[in-house]
Amino acid sequence: MPIWNPKYETMSREELEKLQYLRLKKTLELVYQRVPFYQKAFKEKGIEPGDIKSLADLSKLPFTTKEDLRQNYPFGLFAVPLQEVVRLHSSSGTTGQATVVGYTRNDLETWSELIARTLSCSGATANSVIQIAYGYGLFTGGLGLHYGAEKLGATVIPISGGQTKKQVRIMVDFQTTVLACTPSYALYIAETIEEMGIKPEELKLKAGVFGAEPWTESMRRVVEEKLNIDAIDIYGLSEVMGPGISSECLQKDGLHIFEDHFLPEIIDPHTGEVLPDGETGELVLTTLTKEAIPVIRYRTRDITSLKREKCPCGRTMVRMAKVSGRTDDMLIIRGVNVFPSQIEAVLMDLGQTEPHYQIVVDREGSLDTLTVLVEVSEQMFSDKVKGLEELEKVISRELESNLAVKAKVTLVEPKSLQRSEGKAKRVIDKRNL
Amino acid sequence: MVKQISVFLENKCGRLVRVTEALGKNNINIRALSIADTSDFGILRIIVDQTEKAIKILKDEGFIASMTEVIAVKVPDRPGGLAKVLKYLEEKEINIEYLYSFIEKPEEDALILMRVDDIPHALQTLKEKGIETVNKVRG
Repeated sequence: MPIWNPKYETMSREELEKLQYLRLKKTLELVYQRVPFYQKAFKEKGIEPGDIKSLADLSKLPFTTKEDLRQNYPFGLFAVPLQEVVRLHSSSGTTGQATVVGYTRNDLETWSELIARTLSCSGATANSVIQIAYGYGLFTGGLGLHYGAEKLGATVIPISGGQTKKQVRIMVDFQTTVLACTPSYALYIAETIEEMGIKPEELKLKAGVFGAEPWTESMRRVVEEKLNIDAIDIYGLSEVMGPGISSECLQKDGLHIFEDHFLPEIIDPHTGEVLPDGETGELVLTTLTKEAIPVIRYRTRDITSLKREKCPCGRTMVRMAKVSGRTDDMLIIRGVNVFPSQIEAVLMDLGQTEPHYQIVVDREGSLDTLTVLVEVSEQMFSDKVKGLEELEKVISRELESNLAVKAKVTLVEPKSLQRSEGKAKRVIDKRNL
Repeated sequence: MVKQISVFLENKCGRLVRVTEALGKNNINIRALSIADTSDFGILRIIVDQTEKAIKILKDEGFIASMTEVIAVKVPDRPGGLAKVLKYLEEKEINIEYLYSFIEKPEEDALILMRVDDIPHALQTLKEKGIETVNKVRG
């Protein structure tokens, strides 16, 4: 299988580390001079870019968190003036919790390069017909994949998400060979293909590049079987770049992190200590080439591990294991980030002083479902069924407009939700991810 | 008007048992009962002999319980008895939100308990038509 950029993707570790160090130095100088937030954070640690004399010194630098991005909303962490920014994206989800990221023309060039590598990892070439069913818009999935697929030279179908039957018809008529979307949507598309009575030989699909939400090996088997494809896990987060940070190759044994652009570390999420290769912890990423909004030691909250053995595919880039969970309470529901605190805020706004609630996430068929159990309080109670049903509807509508995800509300009796050690267990995730 | 207690119940095994046991243990007699339910929850509506005490007991047991006043109409226990009453209300465009009934003794009238959207209008209408309403249910 072709490697998009063998010069970098198969670079010796020695050469790579030299390159990483040079790029790291440049990035540190840039943020120290241009971003007051970083200058302050470095000074608080008593450190200057000049103190970083090797890659191992990286651990001396402070972490950056999503909270830092929020507090500097919208452009506080940008290292270039807005006139050099040619694109803005915003993290998936959510009103109160949004973060904004920007891209210079070079950043977009880098991003396209990374997606071209990602697509090559799945076996795609200039001859491929790539159907992009990630959402287009502020979400990085759609446009990120789009420009990378064009760079690859493939034929791009920018269909975005939704309109599943139309997706399937276009897949048949345009002879799509690569499908790009979230894994749960891929499963939904597969089910729709079956329902529409379309035979596998009518499809030309060879591969799927699926990301933006966690998925399991068992889900991979189902999607691969139903669509008769190689299903590839891709990884990214908008705060660091978007998709294109790492990708599985057809070995499907870990995701190659494109290390010439991102420096990965695994840390103990509690102590912040860097862990050796092979150990499981939180992934921390430092950008090495980003101009508009470089991030230093960004805590992804994603749990994984690294291995550096050479991959049979020929790429030398380190591999991260499939993400197995989160260190915070963020839920990813149908590709949208949801924090329990947002649900609490909605309930508070609806006039409950101390809402008792529980969030149940499940998967029905291929789609995630979100149910919020709310304990009925005296003020909420009505002796009419209509009154209580109306209340469920109002809460559900408010949740949906704040979370951008459909939520079912079920009223339950007071004190019926579990309270443990003074703190309620707020989330039950039944998805077996 | 008669005092009614409404209790929020989840659609879950054993909830009704707990309500009735709590009341029984405290010597409170349930005179009439109805349940409205959806797939998730139900509302239990009861008429008891000691309303305030029953509400306190239920709240102490952790239930959400509230008091509502409902109209109690005496209806002759024979075919067409209820229809006549309902027709009077319908003519005045009074909406019935819910309704249930019980019979105290076989030889007596049935008692219809109803909640309507316009209580004063309903009471006046019933009075004009000579329909007897009661303010107390025997314990």
